[in-house]
Amino acid sequence: MKPRSATLRIAAGQGFWGDWLEAPYRQVTGGPIDYLMMDYLAEVTMSILQKQKSRDPSLGYAKDFIPQMERILPIVAQRRIKITANAGGVNPRGCAQAVAETARRLRLGGKLRIGVVTGDDLLGRLDGLLARGHELRNLDTGRPLSDVRDRVVSANAYLGAWPVVEALRGGADIVVTGRVTDTGLTLAPMMHAFGWRPDAWDLLAAGTVAGHTIECGAQCSGGNCLVDWERIPDLANVGYPIVEAAPDGTFEITKHPGTGGRISVAGVKEQLVYEMGNPAEYITPDGIADFTTIRLEQRGKDRVRVSGVRGRPATDKLKVSIGYFYGYKAVGTLVYAWPDAYRKAQAADRILRQRLADLGLTFESVLTEFVGADATHGPLARASAPRDQLPEVQLRIGVRSPDKAAVERFTREIAPLILNGPPSVTGFAGGRPKPEEIVAYWPALLDRRTVEPCVEVVDV
Amino acid sequence: MRKKAVRRKTVPLVELAHARSGDKGDTANVGLIALKPEYYPILVKHVTAARVARHFKGMISGPVERYELPNLHALNFLLHGALDGGGTISLKTDAQGKVFSTALLRLELELPK
Repeated sequence: MKPRSATLRIAAGQGFWGDWLEAPYRQVTGGPIDYLMMDYLAEVTMSILQKQKSRDPSLGYAKDFIPQMERILPIVAQRRIKITANAGGVNPRGCAQAVAETARRLRLGGKLRIGVVTGDDLLGRLDGLLARGHELRNLDTGRPLSDVRDRVVSANAYLGAWPVVEALRGGADIVVTGRVTDTGLTLAPMMHAFGWRPDAWDLLAAGTVAGHTIECGAQCSGGNCLVDWERIPDLANVGYPIVEAAPDGTFEITKHPGTGGRISVAGVKEQLVYEMGNPAEYITPDGIADFTTIRLEQRGKDRVRVSGVRGRPATDKLKVSIGYFYGYKAVGTLVYAWPDAYRKAQAADRILRQRLADLGLTFESVLTEFVGADATHGPLARASAPRDQLPEVQLRIGVRSPDKAAVERFTREIAPLILNGPPSVTGFAGGRPKPEEIVAYWPALLDRRTVEPCVEVVDV
Repeated sequence: MRKKAVRRKTVPLVELAHARSGDKGDTANVGLIALKPEYYPILVKHVTAARVARHFKGMISGPVERYELPNLHALNFLLHGALDGGGTISLKTDAQGKVFSTALLRLELELPK
């Protein structure tokens, strides 16, 4: 076993399910790290996974995680790197089993222990919770969950770092979880390595800020960075971020030498404010972090020091992420070319809307955007740019309805416009759009005492 | 005595700040960060919640909240009702509010010369 240095190096390997497949391998081979953190779960991911599990009970986790493990496990085992990942989705045990099978195939049997964190899945407990008076009101609208109970497809409480710490204490090398917070996956290794106490609120807040900084992967190391974006070097070879944490709660953000991208104060600031609500109250199951106390300092090339983070006690509630069936939608597009590209697209939109009305179809919403003119900045773009000489405009029209048949009919009204609408139209090679089922997000709060995380550690 | 008119100049916000935006349900957040520390007081004074609400008129259906992060020389705006229902419900190209950031940077400030 290698000697433990004073700092703990936690590397981000995935910022979301679908992130760069090369990143985990590059993180475990590009230089020394102690932990690889892999975040897979976004708000609606759980519903997608629940649907997969209902079709095949052995599924319901991020399948991409398994080939990733196959690729890096031999290195991870050799270098004693530990992994925290919420790839377990709604089936952490199934995910762990698939990882174990992969490890045995790689002749790593007896060399690894896998921790499994469950207890976040509330789908089977919902009626009991509602019956006991937990209303699970929608945090945005205030409506009680009973309004949509029969349409709920997934329900998961956000667990914090503690069950992950427990798994690490139990000797786990790889911790596979369900809905553990993104930040908890980074905080847990620090709590475990440094022995932070459960009421060390400033330290837990610091680890939470570290987690928030790297949870979106390269979005803090030069990716999607607006400041000076054209001079950010070698994004093709971008280095994903690494936290170098100290026991006193200070940490530095850096990346492996020889990689592209940039770690700068400006870039870290952009990530800190990403998806931010009230910055003084960043609430997690592990405590409340106050982002107005963060101090940043450039400590060298591609190295930013973070200090000063203050925290407050955790609340007695856990956030619950619920997915429910909402209806159907479809989006169709056509591209109109110069001259008069914008006016042709506008005319096509008017014709299409009239045909939908003549068919007697009604929708909850019909939204038209003109890509190339106003799709992203709306009236702000229309006010500033001349539109009469645009080389091309994409008409993008979407509909939403509880009635699948209406949405289906809409999808058949796009292609005819190519021959029976305004001229100079192309860009329809993708064919007819498909009606898509909408699973909507219902955020709620639940009394913390009703949720009991479960931790198992098994030998491979 | 003749009152002296304050001479003003128009400064695009994009010359004073950078930004990143994201979503929480039907709310878009825009973090607005001063490009230099000395620009932060200008942002605090001129880029008010009311000014931002006017800027996004017709694009958002709810109110605008503003939070200050003097330590990062940044302001955080919450634009409620910005995403046509948000997440999976939304029909918008920018369903996750990713480019409300640069839409805010289109704001033009009238500053004393």
